[in-house]
Amino acid sequence: MDWQALALTLKLATVTTAILLAIAIPLAALLVLGRSRWLAALEALAALPLVLPPTVLGFFLLVLLGTRTAFGRGIATILGHPLAFSFAGLVVGSVIYSLPFAVQPLVAGFAAVDSTLVDAARLLGASRFRVVTTLLLPLARRSLIAAAVLSFLHTMGEFGVVLMLGGDIPGATRTLSIVLYNQVENFDYAAANRTAAILLGLSAIALAAIYLGRSSRGGRRA
Amino acid sequence: MLELAFNARRGSFLLEIECRFTSKWTVIFGPSGAGKTTLLRLIAGLDTPLRNSPDRARVSLDENLLTDSSRGIALKPGPRKWKRNTCFVTQQPALFPHLSVASNVAFGLPWLGGDDEQREVVEDRLELVGAAALINRRPQDLSGGEAQRVALARALAPKPRLLLLDEPFSALDGAASDALLIRLQHWASEHHIQTVMATHDATDALATAAEVALLHEGGLAALGPAAEVLATERRRLAHRLGSV
Repeated sequence: MDWQALALTLKLATVTTAILLAIAIPLAALLVLGRSRWLAALEALAALPLVLPPTVLGFFLLVLLGTRTAFGRGIATILGHPLAFSFAGLVVGSVIYSLPFAVQPLVAGFAAVDSTLVDAARLLGASRFRVVTTLLLPLARRSLIAAAVLSFLHTMGEFGVVLMLGGDIPGATRTLSIVLYNQVENFDYAAANRTAAILLGLSAIALAAIYLGRSSRGGRRA
Repeated sequence: MLELAFNARRGSFLLEIECRFTSKWTVIFGPSGAGKTTLLRLIAGLDTPLRNSPDRARVSLDENLLTDSSRGIALKPGPRKWKRNTCFVTQQPALFPHLSVASNVAFGLPWLGGDDEQREVVEDRLELVGAAALINRRPQDLSGGEAQRVALARALAPKPRLLLLDEPFSALDGAASDALLIRLQHWASEHHIQTVMATHDATDALATAAEVALLHEGGLAALGPAAEVLATERRRLAHRLGSV
């Protein structure tokens, strides 16, 4: 068992999930509460990683964050190393790749909150920030949990973006998915079975927690 | 004094009104679909003319401009002085289901000092609307009438300059509604709060003996003392009572 890869994968998923929630909560609130005509375009952009092949996204990010572009060189100057083939680069790629998995449950959850409650809060002088923190998040907490779990799991299992952007550097970019790929490539099916079982087990536990939590509260109409 | 000028289209419905409410208590009377709620939403700032739309809106309260679409002015909703200094009780109580009655009423008071001060205001307003016993209840445990009382207390808590009421007593029975209306009128007058109440119930409109704005299909049909504007309604009610 590659414990280093497991630790790196969990670290990547945790950091990515935290960053994603920090981005997705205000973005989802803007999409639900905003009135601008550009919001539809913004929502489509946030959903783009759903339909973009991971290898394509990984390739674009590899070029953008590498030393071939001024942007990539600028970041390399600031950090002292290029973002490509580093843990920080993997985080950037994971955040972009998993963005729809955080944004979409939150948009659905916020939109399901009765609009008369949002109006009532605004009429009492609540700012948009207060509407989100005191109304939307508590009332859509199941969507918040779903967004966190889906982002975490999606990052845990991602392969294409990681391979294109990070390669296979032990301790820096080698995640469990890369380990699994290597094990299969080496015909080490026993080890591959164990690695796959860990990924499958983590996914099953997290999804069971979401769905059991939902059914114990009386189903989705509760 | 509240001055209004609206020319706003919502689908096939056109609201076209220009008037001035000088009385401390004005009743907007009209049948369902006359535009009462649309008018109140525009005054409250919940509904604002969209940019680049032909809609026109102008609202001023005591010479303070709240909305002027021609100059791109639209103060945000809320009871504070730098906002619209307005509270609005909608037909639906819209109580926050995850908060207690006390927290619901205190929602508009985050600026008010410590917890003791907030608690004092919350208890006072709940007492005013006859809901003091409900302070620790949850919204889901309230009846329709109780929820309306709490929603009213929540709107009164910040003591706004302008109070807008949209059929606020529809879930209360006649006697309870009359008693609450009298208490509310007295309190609003004592605190110099101008009130605009929309209703389609002629008895509510006549009971307040207020200035009445009669709305018909999005336009102002009449504005004046209740006894004059609602003379026809009054005769109709008297005829119905006489024929019983």
